[in-house]
Amino acid sequence: MFDLTAPDRLPAAPGVGFKAQHFAEITRDAGPVRWLEIHAENYMGDGGRPLAQLRHLAERFPISVHGVGLSIGGEGRLDPDHLARLRKLCDWLQPASFSEHLAWSTHDSHFLNDLLPLPYTQATLTRVADHIDAVQEALGRPMLLENPSSYLAFAESTLSETEFLAEVARRTGCGLLLDVNNVFVSATNLGYAPRDYIDAFPLERVGEIHLGGHDDDHDDHGAPLLIDSHGREVADPVWALLEYTLARSGPRPLLVEWDTDVPAWPVLAEEARRAEEALCRATLPA
Amino acid sequence: MTVQSAFRAALLDADRDVPSGLTDGAGRPAGRRFAVYRNNVAVSLREALETGFPVVAKLLGPENFHMVAGVHLRAAPPRSPLMMQFGADFPAFLDSFPPLARLPYLGDVARIELALRRAYNAADAAPVDPARLSRLGEDRLHTARLSLAPAVSVICSPWPIFAIWARNRRPGSPKPIPGAQDVVILRPAFDPEPHLLPPGGGAFVAALLTGAPLARSIDAAGNGFDLSAALSLLLAQGAITDIQP
Repeated sequence: MFDLTAPDRLPAAPGVGFKAQHFAEITRDAGPVRWLEIHAENYMGDGGRPLAQLRHLAERFPISVHGVGLSIGGEGRLDPDHLARLRKLCDWLQPASFSEHLAWSTHDSHFLNDLLPLPYTQATLTRVADHIDAVQEALGRPMLLENPSSYLAFAESTLSETEFLAEVARRTGCGLLLDVNNVFVSATNLGYAPRDYIDAFPLERVGEIHLGGHDDDHDDHGAPLLIDSHGREVADPVWALLEYTLARSGPRPLLVEWDTDVPAWPVLAEEARRAEEALCRATLPA
Repeated sequence: MTVQSAFRAALLDADRDVPSGLTDGAGRPAGRRFAVYRNNVAVSLREALETGFPVVAKLLGPENFHMVAGVHLRAAPPRSPLMMQFGADFPAFLDSFPPLARLPYLGDVARIELALRRAYNAADAAPVDPARLSRLGEDRLHTARLSLAPAVSVICSPWPIFAIWARNRRPGSPKPIPGAQDVVILRPAFDPEPHLLPPGGGAFVAALLTGAPLARSIDAAGNGFDLSAALSLLLAQGAITDIQP
């Protein structure tokens, strides 16, 4: 069962998604950054610089392993080879956290390299819960499941996303990773209030919060369509939604993601500093 | 067809209709919202090929590379979530794609780039002390077997692939002139680099990689092979990890 207070968890402090080009600066002076997140699939080679850097970082920082390729929402069974690779990485690294997405990316053994959406029904709920049971059994640890960014909805859905995630967590004992940028993107794209989503979210299950940047587009009717790009600064309404969330959840491990057009280290460190300020405000008595 | 079968088929084929049952927040058909996923898949896979094969991308130019990559990623989507492995079939595709028949060296240039990426992620291995080789007498040297680091691989081509690669990666490199070239990929620490082998060197290193004794590997290289140049290169770049007398 996921336990927020276990001593070996991520600290309720700022972290960033680790990029190899920031290695020297992070090891010299990480500024406000207290922990690092890596994408599991980038560290599944046999050796070389990626694993050498990770070995070095893991001696200095708590590490969160974030999978992007397990396809937990897939219709087929989980790829046993990929599960074995994840287990090998986690056994070696003993990370403070392992997380994955409520999404699918593999079908008929074709990997599509995107986090694809699924309908929220009793059938998909059972399947996702079974897959999470399998992951937690294989890794011997509870995982965190992240809410997706959505660009469309399924007519067949019978549950809201928050109902779906809460029930998955209840059945499997997993924790949740709340991406507030994803909440803002999905809420804008599907026309609901982001704060209502936060109000309905089981915040006591949240083991980590993500922040990231998004791009602006529009749909066929001229309605705003936000794209979860992780390629720029966190938008102001997302910072505001974070404050709203932290005021209800209390401080949590808080990650800034920046995956495309990766900036120079000082730019990312400044985002982490803003995250630190938000966490400080959340700890002050109201 | 299941939800995900229909979704996958329409993702990879922009001529297909958007699957039914997908809507916006107000229940209207999803329309171009589906194109966000189409675009994410095509662009992310194309960019993965572009990152893995920068010289091929440069030789083709952006427009042609987008077309070639688009055909390839639809014909052979990744079979693994490890993007570091995506593109293993790309050199053979470049060899056989009819519109590229006038660039017959492209596949072998891609093989250099694929080998560089594999070497980057290959297992670490400590090199032997070069003195161990010189301590072997002449007679024992020939029956000895040399183990090479997991990062080492070799590409033999009828085209001047090293010169083509270097011309596009190292400013000031000479213009390629026609002729066969053998290339070995070596990774002394963490940064793999291609090196030009002397004539016959490709067959020599390939024989060593199969575990053949040194004498047999020299035979494989043929007449006039410059053994000392090849061994010096391998030793200097830390490619020899064991010597079994």
